[in-house]
Amino acid sequence: MKFLSDKALERLRAGADVPDLEGTRYRLLERVARGGMGVIYAAEDGKLERRIALKVLDLPCNSGELAKRLTREARVLARLEHPGIVPVHDVGMLADGRVFYTMKFVEGQRLDKHVAAVDSLADRLRLFLRICDAVAFAHSRGVLHRDLKPANIMVGPFGEVLVMDWGLAKILRDAAGPNATDEDGEATVIGSVAREGEPGDDTEVTRHGTVMGTPGYMSPEQARGDVEHLDARSDLYSLGAILRSLLAGTMNSKMPRPLEAICAKATAETPALRYESAMQLAQDVSRYLDGLPVTAHREDLFERSGRYYRRYQTAILLIAAYLVMRVLILVFMKR
Amino acid sequence: MLAAAQSHEPAERKRALETLFAAYWKPVYKYVRLRWNRPPEDAQDLTQGFFMELLERDLLARFDPGKSRLRTYLRVCVDSFAANEEKAARRQKRGGNALHVALDFEAAEGELGATVMHPAAIASPESLEEFFEKEWVRSLFSLTVEDLRKLCRERERESTFHFFEMYDLEGDEKISYAQLAKAYGIPVTDVTNALAWARREFRRIALERLQEICASEEEFQREARAVFGWNAK
Repeated sequence: MKFLSDKALERLRAGADVPDLEGTRYRLLERVARGGMGVIYAAEDGKLERRIALKVLDLPCNSGELAKRLTREARVLARLEHPGIVPVHDVGMLADGRVFYTMKFVEGQRLDKHVAAVDSLADRLRLFLRICDAVAFAHSRGVLHRDLKPANIMVGPFGEVLVMDWGLAKILRDAAGPNATDEDGEATVIGSVAREGEPGDDTEVTRHGTVMGTPGYMSPEQARGDVEHLDARSDLYSLGAILRSLLAGTMNSKMPRPLEAICAKATAETPALRYESAMQLAQDVSRYLDGLPVTAHREDLFERSGRYYRRYQTAILLIAAYLVMRVLILVFMKR
Repeated sequence: MLAAAQSHEPAERKRALETLFAAYWKPVYKYVRLRWNRPPEDAQDLTQGFFMELLERDLLARFDPGKSRLRTYLRVCVDSFAANEEKAARRQKRGGNALHVALDFEAAEGELGATVMHPAAIASPESLEEFFEKEWVRSLFSLTVEDLRKLCRERERESTFHFFEMYDLEGDEKISYAQLAKAYGIPVTDVTNALAWARREFRRIALERLQEICASEEEFQREARAVFGWNAK
């Protein structure tokens, strides 16, 4: 038997990873990232002559049912037309049984890297609102992401926020399509991608009833593997965790109580105690930005005074200055 | 496979155990040589004795894939066995190799000389685990390469295997697809296709072998990630 050197082992691993795209319309360009259950490559769509992102799952699909389900879901996901969503273009199977799907090739930065250069709390919250917009849109179309985390959110060169990796989302219902079937409600094999060399690669591969998602961003019900009963509130948990991670980088002291309450409500252990929708969560964050009371937090008199002061700071200072001037004038005139 | 290894059907049980032993005997031998610093003859006895012990005491039945990896479990068993080598020697004398797995210790010894990790460098439990895992991957891939060689012979694709050998096994960077194509008088695309086929088959065979020695789909996925480095950060 031939002895295999360490280098040979690495070459064999690398060779076994490279997808054989023979028979597809795609041509491999370069490897971009490795994720929990697959590799993302840059590829060229020979038909449309454009650069696309191609994700190849690591393990072969032994059952045709999975491929059918992925195709069915890709059709639904292809209809998610929103500026904040990078939908799936195509799904297929390689000769070795591995499932692949293609998406728009997005150039930008991962959310967590991008925000490292964003110091302003308000700017971070505005980014978060755009994520909520995209997720709320998907929910309105009956699609759950199920693996929302900073690694799956990109910020483009013009500040546009893009929620990635919808290829393996769960279709709750087909709100827009004419071919909806009961089968669309089934959970599917799922996984996620974290960029190469980054933390957060510990996503679990799952099938029906087993754990999926990313620890830290995954809802408790998802962590229990209760995929049958997941709904939009599971994504809300992930959004809450993302919000917390965004805030963590800006807080020199303690997090403002309203924001802390928003995070706590979004990431409540029990789904019923969370926000009902991504839109509601976004509205609460907007209210905070506008200096209004948030629904997640009942403020006391001191907090309310402080908020009024911050909100009407200029007017209050002007009035105070005016009053001081009047007093000074009165005092001066009495002399 | 562990379920098969405990099957009441003798033929199925034997086949499953042989698959397991074929994949693990070399890592075990090398591990004993380095971790326990045993001379080749002792390490050979210990390796054979260990697998006999595995059979006689039905140690695989105690393995719980939910608690640890099979590799880790076997390594711990080897440690415990080697710590009591007198007992091991007695078993070796009493037993005998009931399974037909060729144990080419001479080759394993030769490979050990080429192993990068020096005994002094493998003191910590983490590095021991790493060493054992790497040797396990080497063993699995070596068996897979042999299977691929046989497959190529059966399909009369010897040239394909040659390309694979030159490119992926030897890693001869001086050779290009174009040079191979010229040497064989075939178009470059044929070399590309042949290599793609060989890599695909290699991957398929390795995963099949792996599936044979995993007790569940979950364990298989976990092991596949470890073997192919899909967990790498």
